Amino acid sequence: MDSLSIAAPEVFLLTATCIVLVASLFTKANSHTVYWLSQASLVVTLLFAFGQTRAEPVVAYVGAYGIDNMSSTLKVWLIVVAIGVLLYSRDYLTGRRIARGEYFVLALFAISGMMIMVSSKHLLSVYLGLELLALSQYAMVALARDDADASEAAMKYFVLGALASGMLLYGMSMVYGATGSLELSGIRDAVVVGGAEGSVPARFGLTFLIVGIAFKLGAVPFHMWVPDVYEGAPTPVAMFIATAPKIAAFAMLIRLLVDALPALNSDWQAMLAILAALSVVVGNLVAIAQTNIKRMLAYSTISNVGFLLLGIVGATPEGYSAAMFYAITYAFTTLAAFGVLLALSRGTREDGSPFDAVMLDDLAGLARRNGLLAAVMMLAMISLAGVPPMVGFYAKLAVLRAVVDAGYTWLALIAVAMSVAGAFYYLRVIKLMYFDEPVVTTEIDTAGDVSAGLAINGLAVVVLGIFPSFIMAACLAAFA
Amino acid sequence: MIGLSHYLTLAAILFCMSVVGIFLNRKNVIILLMSIELMLLSVNINFVAFSYFLDDAAGQIFVFFILTVAAAEAAIGLAILVVLFRNRSTINVADLDTLKG
Repeated sequence: MDSLSIAAPEVFLLTATCIVLVASLFTKANSHTVYWLSQASLVVTLLFAFGQTRAEPVVAYVGAYGIDNMSSTLKVWLIVVAIGVLLYSRDYLTGRRIARGEYFVLALFAISGMMIMVSSKHLLSVYLGLELLALSQYAMVALARDDADASEAAMKYFVLGALASGMLLYGMSMVYGATGSLELSGIRDAVVVGGAEGSVPARFGLTFLIVGIAFKLGAVPFHMWVPDVYEGAPTPVAMFIATAPKIAAFAMLIRLLVDALPALNSDWQAMLAILAALSVVVGNLVAIAQTNIKRMLAYSTISNVGFLLLGIVGATPEGYSAAMFYAITYAFTTLAAFGVLLALSRGTREDGSPFDAVMLDDLAGLARRNGLLAAVMMLAMISLAGVPPMVGFYAKLAVLRAVVDAGYTWLALIAVAMSVAGAFYYLRVIKLMYFDEPVVTTEIDTAGDVSAGLAINGLAVVVLGIFPSFIMAACLAAFA
Repeated sequence: MIGLSHYLTLAAILFCMSVVGIFLNRKNVIILLMSIELMLLSVNINFVAFSYFLDDAAGQIFVFFILTVAAAEAAIGLAILVVLFRNRSTINVADLDTLKG
């Protein structure tokens, strides 16, 4: 396989993004041309990525970039989730005066960044992929430029995100100094050969790397930005940030800790255990107190990141597969929840401003206004709460099994207790939708393709929960 | 004789100054942007020093990329700052407190 075909999905997507960027200059504000061009580019990229799923693992570009089982599977899911994100965002963006071409172009750049992170085999490509993702996201949050909350959220996100990148870079520089290599495989060999003596600077760097990763994932105590950004950002941007980047952050974690520094696993296992325990506790308990549904989903993200970390704490291949499964299923379950919120956000309030479904009360009596939206939201909430037979149940079961097998029973107990507490706020949403009187009784009509997308998304949450081996087989193969 | 440890100490001091600048500053968002820039530059000192003493050019190439990204980051940061000032008429860090809970 030649080097160009290894990077074919990324090369195609970047080229297509540039075409979309130019096309967005020449289209009218209300046409859907940019949207369809973006979707078409993603579908072709998906085909390229799918073509790589059976390829042999290979590294190219002087050790900077490569494909393996993990990268090709994650790329396919990244793009599937991204297609859903663009589909659900379309009508919201049309109805508001948010620059639409920019949203799609920035989203495509962010997706390229994530694909680079997933495929990277070198500290430099990890860093550049991460920055391509992060810089696009900062700009996306600020897209609603007349909204004071959005610009405040963008500033907070920018400062904390840049701080996280700085920490990560400082860690990378220490690891480079300790090992003399920027390639992940070179770092791995150097730390093993160097033994205890050479590993002190590497350990020092590792601490900074973990702080940086925890910031990007939004794990407690580095989670301050998550609720503010979700609340302040326009809902489609919050949806984008909540879904696909978590898959990419998982990949970055695996690349930096498992691929590069497996020799220091006893150090990072202890740090991740603390992060996981705090995230699960804080995320679930604080979410109960929220009345803003975007803020609630933000704390839900934090608790789910805790669960994702649980899979990695054990440092076993089964645990990594469980965490990978968790990241993928979390992304499309949250996608469904945000998709419903976006479908709800139409029409205007009494004062003429566009209506945004952001408060929990906006969901009251949804079942009587649109049965499909209520059903999809219910499936997403039950799955996030971890009720069988939803996919969220199997994901939680897999990470808990991995963490118990690794001997961290205390961590599993905390996680189970907290997910029981967490079920309260997920079930409250269902109670609101099905048993409360609606404040507004008008029916909600959604576009045909959005309804179809939501229905497929909701079905996937159930069907993949009953047949998890469809994804789990690929996750197990990634770490075999 | 100036050795590797001197460079690393200098970089560590600059890095700590920038982190302190981000967390203690309650006045002005521009100081935050300057602290972020300082943080990236202190990392560059680290990379260049390691690169020289390890006799490996890869670290210096990394520095070029960090400089480029830092420029892009500053551009986005200043753009967000302009948007923020238009909406809020202030760039006081302590006033950025409407989102909480």
